[in-house]
This record gives sequence, C-alpha cells and structure tokens, in this order.
Amino acid sequence: MLDWWLPENVSTYGQEIDWLFHLIYYITGVTFILVFGTMLAFIVMYRDRPGRKARYTHGNTTLEIVWTVVPALILVILTLLSVPAWSKIKMTMPETDFAVQVTAKQFNWQVTYPGPDGKFGTADDKTLLDEMHVPVNKIVRVHLRSQDVIHSFFVPQFRMKQDAVPGREIRQWFEATKPGKYELPCAELCGFGHSGMRGWIYVHTADEYAKWAAENLTAAAAPAAEATPAAKNEAPGKAEPKKEGKAKK
Amino acid sequence: MSATSVTAHAHVDHAAHHDLGFVRTYIFSTDHKMIARQFLFLGLSMMIVGGLLALVVRWQLAWPETAVPGLSNILKETDGILEPSTYNMAFTMHATIMIFFVIMPILAGAFGNFCIPLMIGARDMAFPFLNMLSFWVTGSAGVIMLSGFFVEGGHAAAGWTSYAPLSAVPSYTGVNWGQNIWCISLFIMGVGSMMGSINYITTIINMRAPGMRLFRMPLVVWSLFITAILLLLALPVLTSGVAMLLFDRTLGTNWFRPSGGGEPLLWQHLFWYFGHPEVYILILPAMGIASEILPVFCRKPIFGYHAMAFSMIAIAFLSWVVYGHHMFVSGMSPALGMAFTVTTMIIAVPSAIKTFNWLGTMWGARMQFTVPMLNALAFVSMFVIGGLSGIFMASTPVDIYIQDTYFIVAHIHYVVFGGSIFGAFAAIYYWFPKMFGRLTSPFLGHVHFWGTFVFFNLTFFPMHIIGVGGQMRRIYNPMQYEFLQHQQPWNVLITASALCLGLVQIPFVLNFFASLFGWRAGWFRVLAHAVGALVAGATILVFFSSLGYGKVLFGIVGLVVAVVVFAVSRRDTAGCGEKAPLNPWNSNTLEWTAPSPPPHLNWGATIPTVYRGPYEYSSPESKEDFLPQNVPPVGAAGARRH
Repeated sequence: MLDWWLPENVSTYGQEIDWLFHLIYYITGVTFILVFGTMLAFIVMYRDRPGRKARYTHGNTTLEIVWTVVPALILVILTLLSVPAWSKIKMTMPETDFAVQVTAKQFNWQVTYPGPDGKFGTADDKTLLDEMHVPVNKIVRVHLRSQDVIHSFFVPQFRMKQDAVPGREIRQWFEATKPGKYELPCAELCGFGHSGMRGWIYVHTADEYAKWAAENLTAAAAPAAEATPAAKNEAPGKAEPKKEGKAKK
Repeated sequence: MSATSVTAHAHVDHAAHHDLGFVRTYIFSTDHKMIARQFLFLGLSMMIVGGLLALVVRWQLAWPETAVPGLSNILKETDGILEPSTYNMAFTMHATIMIFFVIMPILAGAFGNFCIPLMIGARDMAFPFLNMLSFWVTGSAGVIMLSGFFVEGGHAAAGWTSYAPLSAVPSYTGVNWGQNIWCISLFIMGVGSMMGSINYITTIINMRAPGMRLFRMPLVVWSLFITAILLLLALPVLTSGVAMLLFDRTLGTNWFRPSGGGEPLLWQHLFWYFGHPEVYILILPAMGIASEILPVFCRKPIFGYHAMAFSMIAIAFLSWVVYGHHMFVSGMSPALGMAFTVTTMIIAVPSAIKTFNWLGTMWGARMQFTVPMLNALAFVSMFVIGGLSGIFMASTPVDIYIQDTYFIVAHIHYVVFGGSIFGAFAAIYYWFPKMFGRLTSPFLGHVHFWGTFVFFNLTFFPMHIIGVGGQMRRIYNPMQYEFLQHQQPWNVLITASALCLGLVQIPFVLNFFASLFGWRAGWFRVLAHAVGALVAGATILVFFSSLGYGKVLFGIVGLVVAVVVFAVSRRDTAGCGEKAPLNPWNSNTLEWTAPSPPPHLNWGATIPTVYRGPYEYSSPESKEDFLPQNVPPVGAAGARRH
C-alpha cells in the first residue's frame, strides 16, 4: 500500500506539507469512522420492527451547541497550523544567489540561467528546454513566467506547485535535499499538448553541479539555438493543431 | 376539508386542463407541474450525453490510445481512437453538461418547480408565463450547447472552467466556434435561470397558504428559496463573464488577454465568484431533499429544524467569501489566500451542523428502508466523505500539493454525484407517485440503488488515492509520466467501475418508463427485451475481448443487468405503473393532500390551511404516526408551536 501514497518528499518544506496532510488525514479519518459507525449503528438499531415507536423529539440545544463548537475549534486550530507553512512557502523569499528563470509555453518549459553576469536578459544567458539542473541543499529561486497561456509548475517530490501566468513574473523557491532526477509536469490545462508537457529537474551534488555548469553554462557555450525567448508569440509550439481554428493575432 | 371534496373539484379542473389543447398542455404549458416534468426530461436526457462523455474520458485513461468501442463511426479519421484535442473536448463538455444541463435543471428546475407551489400551498408560480419562458430559454441553451459538437474545430476544449487566455484566443486550443457557442449557450442559460429564480423568490415570499409561516415551510422549500437567491446573485456574474470572454474572442477586446493589457486572473475571479456559490446551488436542494425524506422514513421530526434552516442561510452568505480557495496557487496574492483559508474553514461548520442533525434525526427513529430513503442515506454518507476531503484543500499548504490532482476530482464527484445526484434520485423516487400519479417498482429501484452506490464508490474513491500519488487532472495519458505509471491498475479499476456505473442506470431508465407507460404495454415490453438483448450481446463481446480484468468486471455486471431486465419483464407488472394513492408514504407536507397527479391549480375550491410544522411524525397528538400540516388541531394542544 505504501507504494500508493504520497511520492517521496525531497524538499525542505515538503515535510511540513506532509505533516499537515497526515494530521488532517488522521482527524478526518477518525471523524469518518465515528460518523459512519454511528450511522450504521443507528441503521441497525432503529430499523422498523413491529411494535417499535419513533422517539418524538425536535432537537437538543446542548447537543447542537456541542457539535457546532467542537468542529469549529478543530477547524480554527487547523487554520492556525496552516499559517506558518503557507507563509514560509509562499510569502517569504529566503536569501539566495541561485536563480533560474522558467518561461512556460505550449508545451515546454524554457529554463534560463543568467550566465556569469548573474543577470537575466543579457547576451550570456543560457536557455535549456525541458530540463533544469540545480545543486542539492541550495535554495533555488524560480522566476516563473509564461508566454502564452496559464501553465502550472508542479514538482510532486518537492510538494511544489505554482501557476505560471502570462503577463506577470511570479517568484518561488525550493530547496532539494536529495540528488536525483525528478519530473516536472504541467498541472494546469494548457491546450491539446497539455498531457506530456513535462520537464526534468536534475538535482546534483555540489561537485557534480559545478562540473555540469562548467561544461554547459559558462565559456561562451554553444549558441542556444533552440527555443530562445525569441520564439515568443509564436503560439502553438511543436505539434500543430489538427484542425486549425481561425487564428487571430 | 375532506379528501373527497378535493377529488371532486379536481375532476372538474382536470377536464378544464385538457381543454387547453395539446400544445398548451404539453409543450408551451404555464402549469408549474408540467414545466417541472419538462425540466426533468431535459435533465435526464442530457445526463445520458454527459454520462457517455465521461465513459469516453475514462476509457482513454485506462487503456490509453486504444479505439473506444462504438466511436469508430464518429471518429472516422482515427478509427475510434481519441486524440488529445477530442479528449479535452470530452471532459470539458462532460462537466459543462452535467453541471448546467443536468443537475441544475433537475434539482432547481424540476423539483423547484414541482415542490415550491405544492408544498407552500400555492396554485401555481407567481409568474406562470415567465416560468414557461424560463424552461424554453434554458432548453434552447441546451440545444445550442449540443450544436457545438457539430461545428468545425469541435466543441469547447478549455475545461468547464475555461481559464483565459487559453479560452480567449482560438489558436491556443484550435477551437473556434465551439468555444463561442459555449459562451453563447451559457449566456442564454444564465438568462433562463434568472427568470426562474425571480419566480421562486416571489412565489415563496408572497404566495404561501394561510398559516404557512416561514418557519413552518418544509426544509426543501427553504433550500430552494436560498438556492434561488444564490442563482439570482451568482449567475449574472457568469453571464457577464462569458460575454466578456466572447468579446475577447470575436470583437478584439482585451479583458483577459495580457498581450493587449488584459488580466488572465480577472477571469478566474469572475468565474469563481460565480463558481463557488454554484457549488452550493448544486448541493443545497439535495440537502433540502434529504432533510425532507429522512424524517418521513425515520417517522420522527427533523432534528433541529431551525438550525437546519439557519445553517443553510449561513452557507449561502459564506459562499460569497470563500471562492478564493480555488485560486490558492493561481498567482493571486498569498496574503489573500490566507484570508480565504479562514472563511473556507468557517463554511465547514454549518455543513457539520447539518450532518450531525441528520444523524440526530436517525437517532431513536423507526427507519423504513424504501428506495428514496436509501438514496437519501447515501446522500448523507457520501456528502460526509466529500465534506471531509474538502478540509485537505482548505489548508493552503496541503492544497499546494493537492490542487489540480485527482484528489480534487474525487472531492467534486463525492459532492456533486454522491451528493446532488443521489439527492436527485431520492427526489425522483420520492415524488414520482405525485408527479406522474404512478408507483415505481421497488425491486428495480433497489437494483438501481445498490448498483449505483457500490460502483459509485468503486469509481470515485480510488481517485483519492491516485490524486495523493500526484496524478494531475485533465491529462490525456497518465502513462506518459514515470511517477504515475505504477498507479495504472487503479485507473483500470476506476474505468471498469465507471462502465458498470453506466450499466446499472439501465434498471433506472426501465423503471422510469415502465412506471410511466405501464408495463403491460406490449410495445414497451418488446423494447425492454431489445435493450436487454443488446446489453447481453455487447457484454458477451466485451467478455471475450482481451483487455484484462477490468473487462471481466464489466462483463459480469453487464450480464447481471441483462438478467435483471429479462427476469423483471417476465413478471406481470413488476410493481411498475400501479396507480398511486393520495399519500403513499404517509407524509405530512401539503403536496400529498393534492390528487396524484395534481390537476391544474393543484387543489379544488379551497387551498389547505396550515396548522403546524412539516415534520410532526410520531407526535403524541395523533393516533397515527403522522400528522399532516393541514389537519386542524384537536383542542388546546393545537396551540403548540410545532
């Protein structure tokens, strides 16, 4: 059964999400058992039998107050427990010197590294298609953009998800804790090629990453021919729509 | 007022009714009961379309890129294999049809129209002509929606939520007129629903029978009242939203297109500002139906009547301030997300109150497990699961992971199928005798209920598991992703169960029409045999095909259904279509004092007077275990409030 559960978590804040998930799982699980147990017991005990008379009652104020206040308290506590993780993941941006820009398009992730000057939008930028390489135990800032429709940057093992919205840049972060190769699917319907819009995130050890970066990012590396942001506005990407609608620009 | 005088008058009115002629009686009728039946038929026939679309979607997910049986004549170019664009169209239209043209017409349209005047003691709606218009506008919207399947480029394929800019620019989906038709149809549907809601509100406020105080109204009328208010205030937001979307697509405006300075998130704000109240529009009537049916078959008063009414009012108010929980990871300000998490947690409280009150109603009851009761109990239990799974999403950090996965799909189906559809089935079985004047077959009803209950859970519960495993919704082929491949056996089980869920609706259709037309009609029996033979034949074909254990399950259930069809049709009447008595369930509410089916203007010369609340079952005041609302009290005891 363990196979069929949350995928392995390999990010720092993923633990907090998993902890909350399991907390809610146990609370709702217990509630489920109590409610269903009661219901089944009532169904058996109070079934129609000869001579049985139903209890004539319109309610019970004490009972009703109890079952209003108890769920309310549990829900308030759940809210309070959710706040710290949410503000850590989405509302704060930890200091880091490692940033990548991800520009989604139908149906690829374009991953841009700033190059030696550390700035995006300059000549030494290097863009990869559908792959991202990051070092382990390093806070990575993602500058998320989209050049056509809404996509969603989803890394199941990082417990990370954020929509990429055209017209704005959304900054997110993650810190991977284990080297490996992780899938980066798009989680928001983005057109006929939505399914299969998928990239890979390679998490390297510090040494391996340095080696990879030296080979691929620096030294006037090979011209980034494919999928530079110059391809902008050339809506639908690789696959052509089967039936062309009247496209208007 | 005696029952005999009612029938006497009814016969007079019945004759007058027929004088209107065929067209005014059956087509352009202003009688709320006929309009209710029209909405019911609209909803049930659209349910077939929506259901088949769902099965097509499921086939693709279990056995990706294999030919869907029966589609080779429709999808000629691909020989029955679904393409990604066709797949997107199928799930988009499944949701659109089910929400706007199945559940809303059945729950709000059919039972709103049928129950409100009859249960508050009115002769018809406040505006009968507007009521007729409401149906025909909604019906035209349905026809326009269906026409979208036949236009070049296919129907809308941007999801039922139609997020801009995917939906706003034709080239992004390759769909041109399909999406325009989607917008136009929903615009018209919005107008129709506005007519209906104004009518409901006016009728309930102004036309209650003498003695029918607000807090003596049956809870189903309360729920429809609140639903109508939500419809009146929420639907226009969608109506204007789809108009803006259509303008973006056709007139070159830039509401939602960033290239011209528009804002994609504006669409989501507008859509969910309508969309969340919409969820309650779908579930509140079902809550009311369950609150109505449970006391009848528990033979005891509803537990906490006032709490039930006030919790529905609370849900309605809160439903306006929770919509942002659909947008936690949309790019909306995370601070706003935190505010929406608080309101979302709060709205769970009235739902919890309702659940506990239903349990309280069952406490110390004398439960009669009739078919409507079983469906109402299924509603309560499935709604509990749907409500509990909602708490996962209310917690923003958990939602980051859960959002856009099958966990959400499981949740909405537990609420909208497990909740609304079981509520609709409960209502159909419960009011069928009054609506059509005929009884349905309890045997077929039980077969239908247990089949639906079992296969509903086998279909939708595993979706929680694959959702926790990370499977995204709206993907065409889960096998394209390495982290999802080990879950594929679940997808096969889900699809096989969904196919069986479709099969077990056959007894329902059979029951419905056999009860309507009478089992003895020879042509009907021939038709039923033909359906049985078709199911058996198709099943045997599937049985011998080589596609794994999912097919075997489908094959077994198919054979069982075929056997049931033949076995039942061998009996003389199978309990279908017998004439319904005035009050077959020994209920208290006013609709059961009118003849079955009620004539034009519902009652004879006088409308009933109301002396008490609707749920006086097993009251010490009465020798029987029920005490109808219109029976005058004996002596001083009648001064009691309930």
